[in-house]
Amino acid sequence: MNQLLRPALLLFAFAATSVFATPAALPADSIYQLESTFSDQYGKQFQLAERRGKPQLVAMFYTSCKYVCPLIIDSVKGVEHALTESERSGLAILLVSMDPARDDTAALRSVFDKRKLNPTRWTLARADVAAIRKFAAVLGVRYRALIDGEFNHTSALFLLDAEGRKLASSARLGAIPDAAFLAAVRAALAPPGRELKKPATH
Amino acid sequence: MRALWSMVLLPMLGSAAQSPAWVQLPGSDSFESVLNYEDSAGKVSVAPFELMALPVTNADFLAFVIAHPQWQRGAAPRVFAEQRYLQHWAGALELGAATLPRQPVTQVSWFAAQAYCEAQGAHLPTWSEWEFSAAADATRADARSDPTWRERILSWYAKPSREALVEVGKSTPDVNGVYDLHGLVWEWVEDYAAMLVSGDNRQQSDPDLLQFCGAGAIATDDRENYAVLMRIAMLSSLEADDTTVNLGFRCARNIERVMP
Repeated sequence: MNQLLRPALLLFAFAATSVFATPAALPADSIYQLESTFSDQYGKQFQLAERRGKPQLVAMFYTSCKYVCPLIIDSVKGVEHALTESERSGLAILLVSMDPARDDTAALRSVFDKRKLNPTRWTLARADVAAIRKFAAVLGVRYRALIDGEFNHTSALFLLDAEGRKLASSARLGAIPDAAFLAAVRAALAPPGRELKKPATH
Repeated sequence: MRALWSMVLLPMLGSAAQSPAWVQLPGSDSFESVLNYEDSAGKVSVAPFELMALPVTNADFLAFVIAHPQWQRGAAPRVFAEQRYLQHWAGALELGAATLPRQPVTQVSWFAAQAYCEAQGAHLPTWSEWEFSAAADATRADARSDPTWRERILSWYAKPSREALVEVGKSTPDVNGVYDLHGLVWEWVEDYAAMLVSGDNRQQSDPDLLQFCGAGAIATDDRENYAVLMRIAMLSSLEADDTTVNLGFRCARNIERVMP
């Protein structure tokens, strides 16, 4: 077959079989390679690959968590607040529950409303147990369900680029973001080809 | 071309077809795990399940990647399998002379092993399922209190890993009819990442201690069982895309409840 034609045909075949036609194949090191189906706080189903196009903050949590998980939301909000309005508008945020048995759509929705999360950026998501295990595995999050319904888990925020590749992570939680991590978020949100501007002063 | 394929592949598929023989294991309501989970007073409940009698072989895995091309070496995304994935094979669909069909497959990532098991309608055994199975010897379902049981494991650890792997099923089966749980390869478990997550530190003052959430911890304080603890430590050190030359797997599946 013509060497030039072959990639074009492959691309066509890929686009034709995908409901959401994508311009190019995902990078091999993208966590969006996971084909599991997730659903958000409104019950709307999605696949990770549909979240291409914007850098994204990702973390795992569960809604009944008493200790660290509220801090995870605080930490992401901390990053959000440290950004300029135009930077914020380029960022997506995805928090995935590790407790699919109890975190149904209503539970996600309840936390979403209670914490007043901005629906243009934030998604709280769930998936089945097998999908969650794989999602944790691509991130490198470790967790174990305890008999009392709580979980032991490592906590971290992850920054993905627009193609779903891990750029940075931070295990430091709290309303004041880790400076190196915040710098990585800013760099990812900087318009292509332009130098990163100095941090905005409010 | 197609005829050539079937000449090469059919004999291998033939041998693979005998392989997934499943063995029923009774499980236990209160299995004493080496992992002394604080939240469950050291006991875990293991529901009855089925386990593959043999580790998955190169021939088995070759049949799998033929049927699921996305898991062929070179095609599997890097995020699911590191560079060394199946590198001991001669090619993506060729074992080569140095790799025997009946040797246990190794250099497979957790994602690839999990995908293999899912394709059989199964899953990787949980650590509890694996540990329950591996407690047996040729005559007893739980031989762990016998020093010779531990010695056998430790003598395997002492063997150099450069030697070629023996073919599966050459050892004496245990009382359940399962082969090679000890002495051949390390094996992936489904929850390899969950075993050593500790929940001791929740003080909010120190950000370095805020790694963990929840209550309860795992205490690995049973010195007599350090042969098994070594396995846990090894598995816990892995990431899901890692592969090693002596890490393979087998699958487990739930027993369908048949109503009387």
